[in-house]
Amino acid sequence: MIEALVKIAILLGGLMTAAAYFVLLERRMAAWIQDRVGPNRVGIPLTKIRVLGLGQPLADGVKFITKEEYTPAHVDKRLYVLAPIVILVAALATFAVIPFGSMIPATVFGYRLAEKPIELVVAPGANVGMIYVFALSSIAVYGVILGGWASNNKYSFLGALRSSAQLIAYELPLGLGLLGVVLASGSMDLGVIIGSQASSGIWFAIAQPLGFCVFVVAAFAEAARLPFDLPECEQELVGGYHTEYSGIKLLLFLVAEFLHMIAASFLIVILFLGGWHFWGLTGGSAEIDGWGLAWSGAPWLQGLLRIVVLMTKITLVIVGFMIIRWSWPRFRFDQLMALAWKVMLPLGLINFVAVAMMQQLQAVFTGAMGPSWLMVPIAWGVAVAAWLGITWAAPMIADNRPRRELDPWEIDSQI
Amino acid sequence: MQANDPAIKWVEEPQLGLGGKMYLPMFVQGLTTTVKHLANSLSGKAVTVSYPDEEPEIANPLIYRGVHRLNKDAQGRVKCVACFLCATACPAHCIDIVGTESPWPDREKYPQSFVIDELRCIYCGMCEEACPVDAVELTSLYNLTGRSREEMIFDKEKLLSVYDATKDAEPMKSASLGGTV
Repeated sequence: MIEALVKIAILLGGLMTAAAYFVLLERRMAAWIQDRVGPNRVGIPLTKIRVLGLGQPLADGVKFITKEEYTPAHVDKRLYVLAPIVILVAALATFAVIPFGSMIPATVFGYRLAEKPIELVVAPGANVGMIYVFALSSIAVYGVILGGWASNNKYSFLGALRSSAQLIAYELPLGLGLLGVVLASGSMDLGVIIGSQASSGIWFAIAQPLGFCVFVVAAFAEAARLPFDLPECEQELVGGYHTEYSGIKLLLFLVAEFLHMIAASFLIVILFLGGWHFWGLTGGSAEIDGWGLAWSGAPWLQGLLRIVVLMTKITLVIVGFMIIRWSWPRFRFDQLMALAWKVMLPLGLINFVAVAMMQQLQAVFTGAMGPSWLMVPIAWGVAVAAWLGITWAAPMIADNRPRRELDPWEIDSQI
Repeated sequence: MQANDPAIKWVEEPQLGLGGKMYLPMFVQGLTTTVKHLANSLSGKAVTVSYPDEEPEIANPLIYRGVHRLNKDAQGRVKCVACFLCATACPAHCIDIVGTESPWPDREKYPQSFVIDELRCIYCGMCEEACPVDAVELTSLYNLTGRSREEMIFDKEKLLSVYDATKDAEPMKSASLGGTV
């Protein structure tokens, strides 16, 4: 009980701090990519010391909290208050099953912490982990729709509608990308999925490149990051579903958005990039074994190293999110839908079928489950072939303009 | 107008090449640009100037349009001949001249008072263009501040003192551009 509470406290504190500092990182990255300097002035409060602008998140927080919190007269009051709470709770609850490290041994420096090694996840051994994550990510959409609906404003509502359409469309490729991983590792438990990559040394990004592509694209869309940020594109919809919000409620929306991005990078890292595993650095067994040596190393050091590896990977993925944000123009809405239904869904299906067949073949011929180096070249062959096939089919290019050789009545019948 | 009207000019969209259809090459191309800028900024080549900490570098002070000055001739007299061309050219009507008879034999008039309202001025440089004797010029002083409106209305003495302050760093443009003395 105390153990769980401590983990929840660490997770909440860590996530909120991380979200605040990722906002700062995002602003600095944006500035650097645009050849600017970015916010570098705010330092330690009440002094003149500037520490690379690291005081900025605190200033931002104070600004949001002390700003006037205005509730427009035309909103649905109850839903208006409920929406940011729903979205933040859903975003935070997702992290209950997401491991933020491997485990720490029961005894550290001769001090006995617990009966068993402590697994670094709030709800250890949740064997429906992925289903839980999916269910909660759908509830996050609910918060967005509530926000748009309660605002009683056409721009907000358009943003919310776009968001719901986009998230429903991209849940499918997300699920298909995930299914390959679940098939290959044989579990929905995120800890087991990491374990299967660590013990074989083959990350699923290597074993299932196509699934990785599909999952990453879908994860971008689920987190509503550019180039998929249509729910809140400023140029078209003012601010999207949070146009009418201000003060602390707006802060909750923005934090929830960053938490979605952090959750997405956790999932990408855990499902496809090996979680806490790195070759020759962390050991391959799920248990803390002191690198499997007879000399049982310093187990706590190994546990710490795994946390560091996981956090480094997640930071790198988030930096990737931020670089891609400034590299890519936003999709038009029909392109967004075409990408989901005509490109990502077929690719996901191909990946799913290929993984199922490879697993079956492997089971028949070698009797082993899980990823194996034998299947890697086949998987890459399938990925390249599928990509070229989609290129050749060019489903994103749809010319719906009226054609001059057609009679007007024919065009009418086409519409 | 119908779709098969002969008056319609049909413009075809450019076809996507293989790279565009495959998406990935174009993506890598875009990413390279972004990362290039990122690396540039991280190695300290950001274009931002942190103003109060560091002064901006003015590329060519001779064509920069900052605070005005009234030039003096070789004998230290004001060059202005009170012809009112600058005041006429000024789109913001910020120049006020009172001309009287000149005490010197080489010209008929000189400005008894010459006032520029720096708050009204839009720093377009038209006065400088219009001046036939190159008496009014814009310097490269950009950090013009004051605590009151009155302080920002520059009279003849102040404009001449701007000349004294900047004449070494910025020689009279007329000399380098082949204008009148």
